[in-house]
Amino acid sequence: MQRITIDPITRLEGHGKIEIFLDDAGNVANTYFQIPELRGFERFCVGRPVEELPLLTNRICGVCPEAHHMAGAKAADAVYHVDIPRTAKMLRELLYSAFYVTDHTTHFYALAGPDFVMGPDAPVAERNILGVIHKVGLEIGGKVIQCRKYGHTVVEMIGGRKVHPCTSIPGGLTKGITEEQRKEIEEMGKWAIEFAQFSLKLFSDVVLGNKAYVDLILGDVYTHQTYYMGMVDENNHTNFYDGKVRVVGPDGKEFVKYSPKDYAEHIAEHVEPWTYLKFPYLKKVGWKGFVDGKDSGVYCATPLSRLNAADGMATPRAQEEYDKMYKTLGGKPVHQRLATHWARLIELLYAAERWVELATNPEITSPNFHTIPTEKPTEGVGIVEAPRGTLTHHYWTDERGVVTKVNLIVGTTNNYAPISMSINKAARSLIKQGTVVTEGLLNMVEMAFRAYDPCFGCATHSLPGQMPLEVTIHDADGNPIKVLKQFCE
Amino acid sequence: MTDTPETKPFEPVIVGFTCNWCSYRAADMAGTARMKYAPNIRLIRLMCSGRLDPTFVLKAFAGGADAVLISGCHPGDCHYVEQNYKALRRFHLLKRVLTQMGIEPERLKLVWASAAEGAILTDTINKYVEEVRALGPLNWPAKTIESVSTPIMEEVAA
Amino acid sequence: MSAKPKFAMYWAASCGGCEIAVLNIHEKILDVDANFDVVFWPVAMDAKYKDVEAMEDGSILLTLWNGGIRNDENEHIAHLLRKKSKILVAFGSCACEGCIPGLANLTSTKEIFETYYETVSTENPEHIRPQPSYTMPEGEIRIPKLYPVLRTLDQVVDVDYYMPGCPPESHQIGAVIDLVVQVLQGKAELPPKGATIGADKSTVCDDCPRKRNVKTIKEFGRIQLTHADPELCLLEQGIPCNGPATRQGCGAKCPTAGAQCIGCYGPAEGVIDYGARLISAFASVIDAEKPEDIDRILDGLVDPAGQFYRFNLAGSLLRAGKSAWQGK
Repeated sequence: MQRITIDPITRLEGHGKIEIFLDDAGNVANTYFQIPELRGFERFCVGRPVEELPLLTNRICGVCPEAHHMAGAKAADAVYHVDIPRTAKMLRELLYSAFYVTDHTTHFYALAGPDFVMGPDAPVAERNILGVIHKVGLEIGGKVIQCRKYGHTVVEMIGGRKVHPCTSIPGGLTKGITEEQRKEIEEMGKWAIEFAQFSLKLFSDVVLGNKAYVDLILGDVYTHQTYYMGMVDENNHTNFYDGKVRVVGPDGKEFVKYSPKDYAEHIAEHVEPWTYLKFPYLKKVGWKGFVDGKDSGVYCATPLSRLNAADGMATPRAQEEYDKMYKTLGGKPVHQRLATHWARLIELLYAAERWVELATNPEITSPNFHTIPTEKPTEGVGIVEAPRGTLTHHYWTDERGVVTKVNLIVGTTNNYAPISMSINKAARSLIKQGTVVTEGLLNMVEMAFRAYDPCFGCATHSLPGQMPLEVTIHDADGNPIKVLKQFCE
Repeated sequence: MTDTPETKPFEPVIVGFTCNWCSYRAADMAGTARMKYAPNIRLIRLMCSGRLDPTFVLKAFAGGADAVLISGCHPGDCHYVEQNYKALRRFHLLKRVLTQMGIEPERLKLVWASAAEGAILTDTINKYVEEVRALGPLNWPAKTIESVSTPIMEEVAA
Repeated sequence: MSAKPKFAMYWAASCGGCEIAVLNIHEKILDVDANFDVVFWPVAMDAKYKDVEAMEDGSILLTLWNGGIRNDENEHIAHLLRKKSKILVAFGSCACEGCIPGLANLTSTKEIFETYYETVSTENPEHIRPQPSYTMPEGEIRIPKLYPVLRTLDQVVDVDYYMPGCPPESHQIGAVIDLVVQVLQGKAELPPKGATIGADKSTVCDDCPRKRNVKTIKEFGRIQLTHADPELCLLEQGIPCNGPATRQGCGAKCPTAGAQCIGCYGPAEGVIDYGARLISAFASVIDAEKPEDIDRILDGLVDPAGQFYRFNLAGSLLRAGKSAWQGK
């Protein structure tokens, strides 16, 4: 069988490769999205003191260590059965909101933006952050740098460091913030709200104002009907830091809403022998393979999923944008995966509004940021929404608080099956008998996984404007029959 | 009949860190008095047991030693007043780390001695060599590249 | 065809934090762009392995490598990039000494597999384990094989410079970029090969703002079980802080923020084994002389190997625990 190998997948965190098999007629027989790495956190965290886990699990991902730090901190709080002071909860959520602004900005401008602002078929030389800047003005690069700078300043003020924060401990935090810091955080937050609105306007003008892009978003190539997962507060509004996990079906109706401690009743993970990563699915529906629909346990956990799973946003401006999106796309739930980019910007606005909300709460500067745990440590679960999906940390310890067992279900992992399905569908739709496999076509296969933001982009780095790519197509005997190159020297 | 490598008895290699003021002198005394102690031990003289940097112990194990003996003056008799207590504390902490690394704690031994205790030191060394012989070789592979460059996934996957 | 010298950045068994730390130099990234042609950086642009293979040997002037060597793909790319690069920098704690993934050297690959593919939420009744090569109906597909022990970059290839930190702090990265630009412009010299760059020579204690007295530790505590005095040395208060053995360069951010130093900047200048030095330091300040008192105090350190080798195990003298070597 003919085989197209893309190795490594680029512009995402971690490693991955795609194998595309073509039958004799030249149609796609099957695709495999393989994850080639395993480091072993669930094993080597055993034997460590539980207060170290928010620090060790930071190193699962240096792009979203804040997410692991928070999930780990909440799990460690649960292990000690301690309620943290309100100020500590607010400070953690404030750090987290600022982080969300930074992270969603980075993804949109460097990863997603080029595909939309320039167009998926645009010349490769323009289909990157530079092209975006030329099209919309040099100011953009400066704004994106500014946004990242502000976000990481808040992370460092509350979390101690810009990457791999260190201040969350069982019972709260090791420090609070001063009034001076609070003022600075508030000012930066207000700027972030404006930047978020600017980004949404950009999306509206450049993407929604262009019929070709709208057709792409609404088209079938990138559409899947699966279950959708997201954390919600007591009003069923999206919350990134705390709440219950809600899952809605492909029809948009609530399927289940569970407390963090009950996750194992609802989520199970499937193993395949050709990849290191596992495939989470809804236990009560069952694993039926890589298929859509109500009877398949495959679920999705992305910004679009969160908005599908919620009844609305907790802040006013974000709520307006939420209503606008669902009105434009024909109601809830939205199944078109490219709409995730839009949902991500709505979340960006919500995170910025929440940033200011928390920064202007008078309790945020209270010196009461830690409660000493008094109960014996045993076992606990902590769940937050990572930008890339619902993140679950589960720790067991002995009576000294030394970890005896760990279970983690990480953000992007939730989406391993949906991403595989999206790549498969895009490849099948785009590569058919007689199709000439071009660079633009390969980019459109890549767009299938890029919508999920499998990791990060580079906010301000001036990309060289070229997407060096080489594709080799072999015949059944393994002889290369065609080599396509772009920008490979 | 010749000894093949397999039938030769295991000869432990032990590195002994001795204090200039007590055990080194005791070992000297033993030598002068023709008291025999096993050649398995390689003695290294420090001016004080408090000079023992845990790095020396780890380097010995990584370099092929099967055991390490540390020896210093009796508590209260340190030539530099208190430094043998530092050696004692480092010894206790090192043992815990070595245990976690999978090195039997018996492979690290601490003895107190005085310059006059040549016979006791000789006896201690000889007994320790037999203890280590019974433990078997350590063969710590840190320096052996071959032991790490072979992927083992097939075994793990089985 | 650009006349600018070529630049590459690659990640092996790592987390992406080093990439983010580079981005956090903010406007300075434009200096990188102005002075270099980025030819390979999987996180940010789409050059593939084949493109690196096609490059001339030594044609990449500067490659920043982050991540440890966990599997045969990591090793293969290490040799490839070494061949194609003039200057190869072990960037960040993973490449320099193993970092957190190096903690896997205290367990074993077998135990990692047994744990991960049989967790409480995993449905794996047939005890499936990933195979390096698997035949699907359409053809054979492969994934890299794990080695029994995680290695540092210099345990696999020749390294020119070391930049410590998990991740290296952005102000240090900015300083190194300034230096590199100066070198390109002929205004400065490269440091001698093998040097540690982007860090200072002494320890974190030198930068720590807390007050320090003579230490006499009667008990080791846990940071969550106390309200530590924010002005006083943490180690003195019995909280196990790794500052005394950790290289200076980060600005002592963690102790300043109230958290103990966990040792991510590696050993100070001239130190072979980080853990050994820290063992010595902790042992020196314990206030006990009788073995039973010493043991009682040491019982407060619930995970000595983790405490002393958290970031630095793969690069230490022993490098890994016995079960890792044996793959058990």
